[in-house]
Amino acid sequence: MKVNKKTIINIVIMLLAYALVFVLINSGVLSRQYKSLIVPICVNIMLAVSLNLVTGFLGELSLGHAGFMSIGAYSSALISIALSNTLPPALAFFIALLCGGILAAFFGFIIGVPVLRLRGDYLAIVTLAFGEIIKSIINYLKFTGGSKGLSKIPLYSDYRNFTVVFIITVITIVLISNLINSRDGRAIKSIRDNDIAAESIGINISKYKVSAFVIAAGFAGIAGALYAHNVGIIKPSIFDYNKSIEILVFVVLGGMGNIPGSIISAIILTLLPEFLRGADNLRMLLYAIVLIVMMIFNNSKFKSSLSLNKTFRKLGKEE
Amino acid sequence: MLECKNLGIQFGGLKAVDSFNLNIEKGMLYGLIGPNGAGKTTVFNLLTGVYKPTTGTIRLDGKLINGKTPTQINNIGIARTFQNIRLFSNMSVLDNVKVALHEKVKYPLLASMTHMFGFNKKEKEMDELATDILKVFSLDDKSDTLSGNLPYGEQRKLEIARALATSPSLLLLDEPAAGMNPNETEELMETIRQIRDRYNLTILLIEHDMKLVAGICEKLSVLNFGTELASGTPSEVLNNPEVITAYLGE
Amino acid sequence: MLINFIEQLINGLRTGSIYALIAIGYTMVYGIAKMINFAHGDIIMVGAYALYFSISVLGLPVPVALVITVIVCAVLGVVIEKVAYKPLRSAPPLAVLITAIGMSFFLQSASLLIFGSTPIPFQSVIPNVNISVGPVVISSITVVTLIVTAIAMILLTLFVNKTKMGSAMRAVSEDKGAAELMGINVNSTISLTFAIGSALAAVAGVLYICQYQSMKPTLGALPGIKAFVAAVLGGIGSIPGAMLGGILLGLIESVSKAYISTELADAIVFGVLIVVLLFRPSGLLGKKKIVKV
Repeated sequence: MKVNKKTIINIVIMLLAYALVFVLINSGVLSRQYKSLIVPICVNIMLAVSLNLVTGFLGELSLGHAGFMSIGAYSSALISIALSNTLPPALAFFIALLCGGILAAFFGFIIGVPVLRLRGDYLAIVTLAFGEIIKSIINYLKFTGGSKGLSKIPLYSDYRNFTVVFIITVITIVLISNLINSRDGRAIKSIRDNDIAAESIGINISKYKVSAFVIAAGFAGIAGALYAHNVGIIKPSIFDYNKSIEILVFVVLGGMGNIPGSIISAIILTLLPEFLRGADNLRMLLYAIVLIVMMIFNNSKFKSSLSLNKTFRKLGKEE
Repeated sequence: MLECKNLGIQFGGLKAVDSFNLNIEKGMLYGLIGPNGAGKTTVFNLLTGVYKPTTGTIRLDGKLINGKTPTQINNIGIARTFQNIRLFSNMSVLDNVKVALHEKVKYPLLASMTHMFGFNKKEKEMDELATDILKVFSLDDKSDTLSGNLPYGEQRKLEIARALATSPSLLLLDEPAAGMNPNETEELMETIRQIRDRYNLTILLIEHDMKLVAGICEKLSVLNFGTELASGTPSEVLNNPEVITAYLGE
Repeated sequence: MLINFIEQLINGLRTGSIYALIAIGYTMVYGIAKMINFAHGDIIMVGAYALYFSISVLGLPVPVALVITVIVCAVLGVVIEKVAYKPLRSAPPLAVLITAIGMSFFLQSASLLIFGSTPIPFQSVIPNVNISVGPVVISSITVVTLIVTAIAMILLTLFVNKTKMGSAMRAVSEDKGAAELMGINVNSTISLTFAIGSALAAVAGVLYICQYQSMKPTLGALPGIKAFVAAVLGGIGSIPGAMLGGILLGLIESVSKAYISTELADAIVFGVLIVVLLFRPSGLLGKKKIVKV
């Protein structure tokens, strides 16, 4: 890793964030309610950052991100339920996370076929369809518990194990940010900016489109796995179209192609419902307004994506 | 080095290019001219694999290249610019060139994601190569500017720089001087000549303005309604009565 | 066995004709504005609530309520276009798509705030009696649905092909710039398209609610997406394609529900979408496009 001012600032921010949460948890300032939000915040950050890779950097709208999340959640949950009596928890959890990520990445690869042949609107619809198909199949299958879902999942990523979750989240952010600022990341961004020109300079568009989907799906899968081991019960209806849209809202609010933005908006929007207690319906309305206003408001300067962009850039590392 | 025989393409019933022949020798600066809608850009799209020809063959150094994808054709050694500029406008000037060094300087995905395993060394190598190319076009002091924010003339230059970064043996320039004033045009033509010598290139360029091409190209082909009207040295072509009619009308 | 199969086909025809009515709206808007109007499915929901509100709350007679429903939806369609889509006409497709998704979410959450999430029961405005044709039993709602759909489609086809406004619509969808130069008012043509599409969605909403007799704010989402699948199946941009696609999709869904699995029926419908897009992206009756460089 290049040691320069930016890297040091990022490390400091991460350590401060960790210290802050650590103190909050252990000092008893936080109520149970808020403590239970800590892992979901990390999960949402991972989802937002990974979706940003596809939507912000590759420039394709994916409406099936919750589908990848559900694959990670279900596969890891099934594995750790099976292993819970035979292996030590740390090892079982590790295997479950890994398998969740890999399986989700594999599904990301399957969606690669339409990704290569379609673009724009059509691709968005196909990702939506893909997410719904995954949901109905999980609903249909016996071993996933059908619509009643899976329960008694070991709570490995409880807030008491916050450190593990935090480290995984940081690793996700670092890997994706690094990727963006690398040879492969530039290729991905060039496809977003102008696919015809990207082809003309010898970029293998197919390879990079599929790679972006596979990587994003893999991290969404790990996020799903963390989620499953945090709540202990999962149902197909949790991973529906609305969840995919919620992740999209994180990305849009934070700024497409802006990773610090995704992180901040995931934190704010996960906490917000707690402040708007009892007004869950209002939250959905707010999401809708965020999407519309952000797009119309920023139409003229769409390339810098969102007005919050600039503010966020000052706050953290670029992209 | 480049040889097209009987090249043709049809869109629906329309023959956009028909039985087109072209023979360019190594190191030549070749001009393709013709009135608007004559099919010049279509020829470029055929040569770079954007369109698949309905008839004919394209050979580069004797090897058949038609039917290959644009990506493959670039890897074989043909690079191009576009008439309507196609830069990566949300990326910096430097990154526009670095992305084109993609095949030249490589490191694995693992290095990309970790920024370790030789990442810094390779990136530095890329930075140096890219800056060298940018210097040729006096763009090196604008490395960090978003390419979309460059003035028009510099965008055109950056597109040539980006094409050069893929180390082509044949460079196709689609109206490189469009929208530039006479001074800028003159300067650009000089740069084109320079890069040909410096990078051992063969260049095929499309232009509108006959006088301009006549000054710089060694050989010309004139395209009209998708077919070749004349070819030869600039003076031969410009004195050809058919060419004069096509340009000036009856 | 055979009788059951025929009844399933008729069911499929009924659902399919509702899909077709909605699909026409998608396809017309796509043809003219080159965008997927994600909010279109939710217009159905608005139509259903408008009908409910006019009859149960305002106590209006049914014919008046029906007219109001259609007007409300048509106006809503036009307003959505003016507010959300028009400012983005030159924006990247991704921005338009995200706005449309936002609009769909907006309609759903707004009606959630107004009417709550508990399903509201609603008595069909079409008297429900069973009609026996030989051994096959058909409900009156099905008969009305089929007749209404057929009439709507005939009127629409006549409008698009025989009237001046219809040819303006075709011209704008062919080439916006050229149509403008020919003196066609592009803005009002686009508005008209949204109005007609939304009015048809209102009709679909009424028929849908008569069938299911229960309302919730998300009722339009699934039929909306399925109708979109139908539009793609038929070839997006093609009105006859949307009709054909809608009816085919209704049949596929009904047969899968009856003979494969109710839970998997949706997965099958979406599977059809993916297969069509992969192997025949221009749909059954659509035209192929050439990308210009």
